[in-house]
Amino acid sequence: MPEPLHLAVALDASGWHPAAWREPAARPTSLLTAAYWTDLIKAAERGLLDFVTIEDSLGLQSDTFSGPDDRVDRVQGRLDAVLIAARVAPLTSSIGLVPTAVLTHTEPFHLSKAIATLDYVSRGRAGVRVKVAVSAAEAEHFGRRHIPQLTPADLTTPEVRQLVSDLFDEAADHVEVVRRLWDSWEDDAEIRDAATGRFIDRKKLHYIDFRSKHLSVKGPSIVPRPPQGQPLVSALAHIDVAYRLAARQADIVYVTPADTTDATRIVHDVRAEQAAAGRERETLHVLADLVVFLDSETEPGAARKARLDDLDDLDGIEYTSDARISTGSASDLADLLEQYQQAGITGFRLRPGALPDDLTRITGRLVPELQRRNLFRRDYEASTLRGLLGLARPANRYAVTEGVPA
Amino acid sequence: MTSKPRKQIHLAAHFPGVNNTTVWSDPRSGSHIEFDSFVQFAQIAERAKFDFLFLAEGLRLREQNDQIYDLDVVGRPDTFTVLAALAAVTDRLGLTGTINSTFNEPYEVARQFATLDHLSAGRAAWNVVTSWDALTGENFRRGGFLPQEQRYERAERFLSAARRLFDSCSGDEILANKESGVFLDAPRPGRFAVHDNHFDIAGHFKVPRSPQGRPVIFQAGDSDAGREFAAASADAIFSRHGTLEAGQAFYQDVKGRLAKYGRGHDELLVLPAATFVLGDTETDAQEQAAIIRKQQVSGQTAIKFAEQLWNRDLSDYDPDGPVPEFDPLLGEHTIARGRASVRMYTDPIATARQWRELGAARKLSLREVIIEVTGRQNFIGTAETVAATIDEFVQADASDGFILVPHITPGGLAEFADTVVPILQERGSFRADYTGSTLRDHLGLAIPKRESARQSGQELTGARAAS
Repeated sequence: MPEPLHLAVALDASGWHPAAWREPAARPTSLLTAAYWTDLIKAAERGLLDFVTIEDSLGLQSDTFSGPDDRVDRVQGRLDAVLIAARVAPLTSSIGLVPTAVLTHTEPFHLSKAIATLDYVSRGRAGVRVKVAVSAAEAEHFGRRHIPQLTPADLTTPEVRQLVSDLFDEAADHVEVVRRLWDSWEDDAEIRDAATGRFIDRKKLHYIDFRSKHLSVKGPSIVPRPPQGQPLVSALAHIDVAYRLAARQADIVYVTPADTTDATRIVHDVRAEQAAAGRERETLHVLADLVVFLDSETEPGAARKARLDDLDDLDGIEYTSDARISTGSASDLADLLEQYQQAGITGFRLRPGALPDDLTRITGRLVPELQRRNLFRRDYEASTLRGLLGLARPANRYAVTEGVPA
Repeated sequence: MTSKPRKQIHLAAHFPGVNNTTVWSDPRSGSHIEFDSFVQFAQIAERAKFDFLFLAEGLRLREQNDQIYDLDVVGRPDTFTVLAALAAVTDRLGLTGTINSTFNEPYEVARQFATLDHLSAGRAAWNVVTSWDALTGENFRRGGFLPQEQRYERAERFLSAARRLFDSCSGDEILANKESGVFLDAPRPGRFAVHDNHFDIAGHFKVPRSPQGRPVIFQAGDSDAGREFAAASADAIFSRHGTLEAGQAFYQDVKGRLAKYGRGHDELLVLPAATFVLGDTETDAQEQAAIIRKQQVSGQTAIKFAEQLWNRDLSDYDPDGPVPEFDPLLGEHTIARGRASVRMYTDPIATARQWRELGAARKLSLREVIIEVTGRQNFIGTAETVAATIDEFVQADASDGFILVPHITPGGLAEFADTVVPILQERGSFRADYTGSTLRDHLGLAIPKRESARQSGQELTGARAAS
C-alpha cells in the first residue's frame, strides 16, 4: 500500500489568481474579518487537510520585486497571519495552523513566544512558515538597515548573491534562536512545590546564550515549552540557499517543481543538503506547491483560468506562477500527485486559484478521490500537527538524560 | 430626584502577571499558561459586562541574586497571540495588551494592533510601556537599552509613529467592485513617513483602517513625565493610588493637564489597579485578607523583598526576626537587576529606618513589616461595602473605575462578578448590559479623528511631544 500523502492548502486573500476576487463566490470585502478566515479554515478542516498556511509580508502585495506597484485592480491589504491563526485556533480542533512570518526584520524572541502561544491556544497545532524579505520597501518600513532596490536580473550579480546568502544565513540563525527558546524550559519545569515555596525548578530553565554575527539572544523564553515541544517550521524554497536553510532548520520544505523530472532533481538536492546538515535521520517533508484550478459541474478549470486571465489586465499574458499550475478534474490532479509522489515528494501544498471555489473542490472532490486510492486519511489520526505529519514529540536539547548521574 | 446623573463605573479584569499577588499554592489556583484559564477568566469578565481584560508583559524572566526568581508565578503567553485567540471566545469584552515600545518597531506593532482590532471587530487596546534596562535588551537582536530620561521620549515618538501608521489609510480605499474590476480607489495606499531622532521609516502601511480607527491607548506610569505623556496621548491611565485622597489628587492632576493639549475632561480615563477580598461579614473579610497577605508574603518572599531594599544578600537572615539593624547598600543595584520595584526606593536608608521604627513600635518581625508596607488589598469587606466603596471612589472623582486583579487565577474574579457587580448595577452605577460593540463604545470614547496623512512627520511627532 502506498504511503499516504500530506495535503495542505495555502490561503491568501481571494485565492492565488490575481483576478480571483471578482469571482461570484469571492468575498473581497470580507478579507479583513475573522469570519472570512474562520469559514475557510473550518472548510479545510472538514476536508481533513493536514494544515493551512496563511500568506503574509511586511509590505504591500505587489507585482514588482522591490516595492509596491501601481495597480488598482488587485487585492491590497493584509492582516497579520500569526494573529489570524490565533483567532481561528479556538474554533477548530484538528487542522494545523501555519502562518507566515518574516524573519528579516523581526525579533526571534517575539516570534518564538508568538508561535509557542499559538501552540497553546491551538493545543498543539502550531507551525510557522518562515520567510526572508529581500525587499527595499520592507526594509524602509523598519529603518534599521538598507536593502537596495533590486530587479530579478540583479539576483545573478555577485554582490546581490552575497546579500541574499547573508540574509538566509541570518534567517537560519533566527530559526535556531526560535527553536532554542522553545526548548529553554524543560517540560516539567513548573513544579508548584508548596513545601519549598518554589513555583518552578529553575535548574530546568536554560539560558540559550546564542551569539552570532547576526544575532545575540540570552533567554530563557517567557513562555514555557509549547505542547508540541517544537512547533513545525517550514519554508518555501526555489534556490540553493533556501534549500540549505530548509535542510538545516525546517521540518517541511515547499518546493516548486515544473515536472516530475524537476521534482526528482529537487528532492535529490534537498536530501543532499539535509545530509550535509547532519539531519539524515530526521523527518524533512518535501511538499510540492501547485496552483490549482479544478473543474466544476459547469466550467472546466482551464476555461475558468482563461476567463480570469481575461479579467485581469495581464497585457495578453496568461497568469503564471513560481509553482506549476494544474487545471483539470480532481482525478487528473490525483494522477499528477501520484506521479510526484513517485519522484520522492511526500505531500502537497495546494494554492487554490480562487477562494472558496477551489478549496471547496479540493475538499469535496480531490480528497474523496485520494481516499479511494488509499492515498489520504479518512479521519484525523492525531491531535497535534506533528502527529499528523508523523513527527514524534522531540526530546528537549537542554534536558539532562534520565539516569545519568550529574 | 437628583438632577446629576450617576457617573458610570468602568471595570476591567487583569489576568495577573508574574508577581506575588497570585497565591499559586492555593488548590483553586489554575494554570497561567493553558488557554483554558484565559478563556474562563475572559468569560467571567464578559458575563459581568466588564469593559475589558488586561494583560501585562515582561520580556525577561525576573532574576534576583543572579538566579531566575522562582517564588512567584513564572511564565506567561505572548500578549498579541492570546488576545487574538480570546477574540474568538468573547463577543464584547475589550482586549488590552501591554506592548513595549523599546524592543519593538512601530510598523510591526501597528500592524499587530490594527489586525487585532479587525479580528475582534473593534475591541483592541494598547498599554504603551517602555523598558530601559540592559537586562531585557539581552533578549533582543537590537540589544542595548535606553537612558532612563529617554524612556518617555521613545514612547512618545513610538506612539506618534504608530498613530501615523494607523491613520495612513482612510478606510475608504477599498472599493472591491467586481463589475468594474477596480479594487482600490488609488494605487499605493497607506503612505507614511516618520523621520525623527528615534525613527527613520517610510513607505506604505498594509492594514486598512480598523474598526476603532486606532486601538484605545493606555499609559501606565506615575512620574511627571508619565502623566504628561498620558495627558497628551493616551485614552486611559493605569495607576495605583490606594486611598480616596491620593486618588482624588492624582485624578485632578492628570485631568488638569488635558486642556493644554486641547482635550476634554472625558477624553482620558483614570483607571487604577485594585485588589479585593470579599467575605460574608466585615470581620470574615478582614481575616481572609490577613491570611491572603501572609500567603502572598512568605518568609522567603519577605527576604527577597528586603534584599531589593538592602541591595545585598540576606538569604541567611531570619524573616521572623526583627528588621535588620544595618543600613542598605547604596549605589548600583546588583541583587535585583531589572526589577521595577527597586526604583521605588529613592532613599533606601530612610526607608529602612522607617521599617525598623514600624517593627519596633508594633513589635513586628521583618516579614510582618513587609506584609504591612507592601500594599494591603484595596477593597476588603462584604459585597455590599465593597460595592459602596468602589462607587464612592468613582462618584468622588478618585477614579473612573478600576482594573481588578484577583489573587486566584482564573476563578477569583467570579465572586466579584456574581456578588459585587449586581449591587453596582442596582445602584445605577454600572451597565446592566453592553450598549455598544467596540471598546471605545464601552469607555465612552469617540472614534479618533484621522490626522491627515499629508502632514509631515515632523509636524505630527513634534506637535504632541510632552517636552
